[in-house]
Amino acid sequence: MSRIVAAMSGGVDSSVAAALLARDAVEGGDEVIGVWMRLHPDRGEGYEQSRSCCSPDAADDARRVAQIVGIPFFALNLEREFGAKVIDAFADGYLDGATPNPCQACNQYIKFDVLLHRGLAAYGAESVATGHYARVERRDGSYRLLRAADAEKDQTYFLWVLGQDQLAATRFPLGELTKPEVRRIAAELDLPTATKPESQEICFVPAGDYRELLAERRGYAGEPGPIVDVEGTRLGTHSGYAHYTVGQRHGLGVALGEAVYVREVRPASNTVVVGHRDEVAARHFSAEGRRFVAGEPPGERFEGSVRIRHRSPDVACEVTLVGDDRFVVETAEPVWAPAPGQAAVLYDGEQCLGGGRIARS
Amino acid sequence: MLASLRHNRSVMSIYLDHAATTPPRPEVLEAMLPYLTEHWGNASSIHESGRNARRGLDEARETVARVLGAKPREIVFTSGGTESDNLAVRGAAWAASARGRHIVTTEVEHKAVLHSCAMMERHGFDVTYVSVDRYGRVDPADVAAAITDRTTLVSVMYANNEVGTIQPIQAIGALCRQRRVLFHVDAVQAGGFLPLDVDTLQVDLLSLGAHKLYGPKGVGALFVRHGTQLLPQQSGGSQERQRRAGTENVPGIVGFARAIELAQADPVARDVENARLAGLRDALIAGLTSIPLVFLTGEPDDRLPNNASFLVRGVEGGDLVAALDLEGIEASTGSACTTGSAEPSHVLLAMGIDEEAAHGSLRLTAGRGTTADEIARTIEATRSVVGRLRDFTAPRPTVASV
Repeated sequence: MSRIVAAMSGGVDSSVAAALLARDAVEGGDEVIGVWMRLHPDRGEGYEQSRSCCSPDAADDARRVAQIVGIPFFALNLEREFGAKVIDAFADGYLDGATPNPCQACNQYIKFDVLLHRGLAAYGAESVATGHYARVERRDGSYRLLRAADAEKDQTYFLWVLGQDQLAATRFPLGELTKPEVRRIAAELDLPTATKPESQEICFVPAGDYRELLAERRGYAGEPGPIVDVEGTRLGTHSGYAHYTVGQRHGLGVALGEAVYVREVRPASNTVVVGHRDEVAARHFSAEGRRFVAGEPPGERFEGSVRIRHRSPDVACEVTLVGDDRFVVETAEPVWAPAPGQAAVLYDGEQCLGGGRIARS
Repeated sequence: MLASLRHNRSVMSIYLDHAATTPPRPEVLEAMLPYLTEHWGNASSIHESGRNARRGLDEARETVARVLGAKPREIVFTSGGTESDNLAVRGAAWAASARGRHIVTTEVEHKAVLHSCAMMERHGFDVTYVSVDRYGRVDPADVAAAITDRTTLVSVMYANNEVGTIQPIQAIGALCRQRRVLFHVDAVQAGGFLPLDVDTLQVDLLSLGAHKLYGPKGVGALFVRHGTQLLPQQSGGSQERQRRAGTENVPGIVGFARAIELAQADPVARDVENARLAGLRDALIAGLTSIPLVFLTGEPDDRLPNNASFLVRGVEGGDLVAALDLEGIEASTGSACTTGSAEPSHVLLAMGIDEEAAHGSLRLTAGRGTTADEIARTIEATRSVVGRLRDFTAPRPTVASV
């Protein structure tokens, strides 16, 4: 009999994923081990109240769920790995004038790399299960990543980085369920996490304000600089380029009658470029660091759809590979504010093909 | 439905974590039971129920005193080793603060002593943390050199909880007496194994915990030599001669007395069991250090008879303990707590072990139920688990990207 490591955050989704596996285990399925990861230090009261996944409350909840569903529970300290691969990368992304994607980085480097490989070694397991809403299908000897049955909750936007080796060792027990069903199961099992609110914010930036983090991790205090329009006309002053992100509307202090949005962030000249709504949308953009779930792209040029942020609808597009690392996307209709650093995730219907990081134009 | 989900281990696990806690002996439970059923009275009450409880308490105090070569009134019952350490360090330092405000201790003490000292520093006391050698051993000459005119208290543990190193308590006791400084010994980890005669050891304060010697949790004692002043650390009633307020935990205290009596009253029986444990320990040490890059930590000879502790290079102690647990072997590491803290052990760092290596610590502590067969199985399982974990740590091909 083989073993599965169930990654438990202390939230309702991973709780139910672990519970479902534990139920299967009783009926002769794989043995289940619950693992909670400490990813960043708990910083006391203010942070504790933030419902982040690393508060002592989260660890308590995860442990309690493991006790209730009857699986062994371990805490794994991955602070060092998470600090380097996720938090520092997040800070560096902003310093680079980009919009970082920490949830994707956490999946790529922590959950489906360190946890997966270390879990397999330490716990003698053969796969890792998470509470993500996504599906893995094996067809003709290869693994396909599919959107979740619950389109509202689909999390493939953060999972496109997974390759064949990782999918082969990954289980998503919630892939066929909807969120209300998950909550119902949690309530039936009387799990303490059943009514826990959804976490929306970035777990290590609980108040949603990352400026303090830039100062702490990278000594970036922010130097005031110009806010300009596309022509270079100065419209105002910003508090430091890294405090701004493409598509942002609030906090600019610019009154032009019509709403303006951040169109571009230029680190070298400490400049923030703004524009009206139609100036921030685009019909084509390029992406770098491309990866395909299948290991191979579907072709040099292919049609599909693209999603450029979590929970925004995808848009029909044509993709053309460029060189070894990039691709160009042309969309059927304008997409709102493609932000450098964010993922452009490619789909063919239900199937997530892979993607890349949106590049500076 | 939930009951059917509960995880059940198919084979009995091998428990090698007796330094964390020990299973209460049946004789201990038997001694305690009447004080939970018939004699549940408050030992301070005047009536018969109170007198019955009082009798258990008085007898227990006599028993513990006898084991220590002390007088009954020199025994203060507490909630355990941590409270005893807190009461000793803070209570003695405060009571003597008119004479001086300097404490001498070591870098390898239990956190109960270290954090009590840190608290006194916040109150303006000075604390000298004497360093140790690479085996975790304190040189009495270093303690002597640290004592000044202002020193009122020296606190040194009898044996280390992580690496098992036994400290030269008698020599330090002699020099403290000569310098007229109070001497506190944290004997929580040593209490089940080493001689506890307080006059031979020349100690003024000595901490004990019941659950480390097959007694119940939540009870312990502090020996306070007659004439030693203590500022109580908790206020209320006049129990324990006004040194520790609160209704006495009579069943726990009775169980503690029975446990320490079983462990210590017959020194010959104690030494026979120590020799048996030392044999198992040495087999473990020989077996594990035959695995490449596994090293013994702590004093090679002068160590607790049941303690085998190691550095396993190239693995995380937490991973190793989890992996062993899944093989049915219960061990511990000095580098992590259950909530996943990554702090390396202060004991290993004090011994000059670098932080990276300190993450790979493993502690195996045998006990009364441990058998030679269990030791052999543990060696085999550790060998295979360490191999598996090192395969993971070794560079591996990264997942292909296009």
